[in-house]
Amino acid sequence: MIFGAVLAGGVGSRMHMSGMPKQFLPLGEKPIVIHTLEKFLLCSRFDRVYVGVHPQWLLHMQDLVDTYVREQADRVSLVPGGGDRNDTLFRVVAKIEEDFGESDEHVIVTHDSVRPFVTLRMLEENIDGALQHQAVDTVMASTDTIVVSQDGEKVTEIPERRFMYQGQTPQSFNMNLLKKLYADLTAEEKAKLTDAAKIFTLRQYPVYLVQGDVSNMKITTVTDYEIAQAMIGMGRK
Amino acid sequence: MLNSVYRLVSPGVILPRYTDSGKGGVVVRPDYMAICHADQRYYLGQRESGVLRRKLPMALIHECCGHVVRDDTGTYSTGQSVVLIPNVPGQDDPIIFENYSRGSRFLSSGEDGFMRETVELPPDRLVPFRNIPLPVAAITEFVSVAVHAVHRFSLLAHSRRERIGIWGDGSLAYVVASVLKKRFPQMHITVVGLNSLKLSHFSFVDRRLREDDLPADFQIDHAFECCGGEGSAHAIEDIIRCIHPQGMVTLMGVSESPIPVKTRDVLEKGLTLTGCSRSGREDFEQAVAFMEDPLFSRRLQFILFEDDPVRSIPDIHRVFATDLNTPFKTVFRWML
Repeated sequence: MIFGAVLAGGVGSRMHMSGMPKQFLPLGEKPIVIHTLEKFLLCSRFDRVYVGVHPQWLLHMQDLVDTYVREQADRVSLVPGGGDRNDTLFRVVAKIEEDFGESDEHVIVTHDSVRPFVTLRMLEENIDGALQHQAVDTVMASTDTIVVSQDGEKVTEIPERRFMYQGQTPQSFNMNLLKKLYADLTAEEKAKLTDAAKIFTLRQYPVYLVQGDVSNMKITTVTDYEIAQAMIGMGRK
Repeated sequence: MLNSVYRLVSPGVILPRYTDSGKGGVVVRPDYMAICHADQRYYLGQRESGVLRRKLPMALIHECCGHVVRDDTGTYSTGQSVVLIPNVPGQDDPIIFENYSRGSRFLSSGEDGFMRETVELPPDRLVPFRNIPLPVAAITEFVSVAVHAVHRFSLLAHSRRERIGIWGDGSLAYVVASVLKKRFPQMHITVVGLNSLKLSHFSFVDRRLREDDLPADFQIDHAFECCGGEGSAHAIEDIIRCIHPQGMVTLMGVSESPIPVKTRDVLEKGLTLTGCSRSGREDFEQAVAFMEDPLFSRRLQFILFEDDPVRSIPDIHRVFATDLNTPFKTVFRWML
């Protein structure tokens, strides 16, 4: 079976504009997370879409689901999130297995709730990629040169740009393999894990690329939020 | 719901726009699209600059099939295959067809066509279908235009309908000939064209003639002009010469400039000239019914060239380039 996992566990410390986590801020006529969820629900290949939410915001998220996607509420399950992103992800995995059992056939398409401009093409290619290759990551070829600095003061290295990509989401995996590889990581490896695809690369499993898009931006800062609003702009044809 | 719309902003330049849609209609994910000459003229900038200024930016393409991904009206179930109708009816008029009624509009002429991630339409602007291969279903709009013209012919032409001439050897002539054969199997149909190679595709008609080699005794009861452009004038001149008195001439080819017509001969012969463009819901339904016949649909496949799927904006440019080098229709899977 194929599952969506929209990760909306954040409590919004980076966007100093309101007490509300950024995924709940309005974009056009709806909250950002609802735009993201709606796109997942348009893809009929998802048997169910899970949303990982901070326990404090669970009730609010339930209200939003009832308000905006009521007709499809039976395809949505909310999961109380954990301490960090991966913790939230694996709570979703546990909930999926509780609902549908364990299977080598399960595919999970994980996505940041604050990337509402994800397209059906990206979702389709993630599903197909995960079915075929076990693990895929959505990326954009980097247009900026990437500079590495180990100490934050001096440049350590400037890698060749044509090999550099910016990681976006969705990231999609064979769920059992994801679980197995994660269980195999050391505590130290887990502590440094900022990205689920890295679970695969750390154990030398290939992760295939899916073409992302500039528009599939992560709304993290106030500027991002303003750009997102301009993208769906008012007062134009 | 956020939606990506791929708009032609100026000839040869396509940029995405993002809209916040979701107005309670039926949401369709396009599956296959076909390019029309009208799209190609916008894409290449072959329209008057005033027209381009007024109509762009605008998403192209009005020939499309897809499947329902969400329906807030409760009319269709999700996954239902549908053909999209680009015609937006104007005033409801019991006398005038919806495609000619005042105030009617057309998606991809002045407002966004179907090059979008999803398209939201009222339920009556969709026609469900089964058992039509998707690349063929993509050209339903094109077929419906022929259905409409043949319908008007059936309403207006006098009853002696033994010999019909179709001028043109392109896709439009092919589809008009197919629809005529389907509706009037006994009719003797002659296709008049310029290109022998293209004419050879018309294997199912009774006679194929080259325009520069028309026999002196060639005569017809009624005619369809499917040339358009510069070829129209010559075709109409031939038609007026070959047609019997009181015949009906259905004009279907689009021209950017005025076309001279020998009105003296039109008057003398008492001819009826009827203009036909676009189509309405009934024509779409009839087209779908015809296309669900495998024989009819296989005949249409003969004029389709399926290009590789479109997954990116560079792919959109690729299909427009491909279309310039295919003799008939270019269709492609839409995955963007």
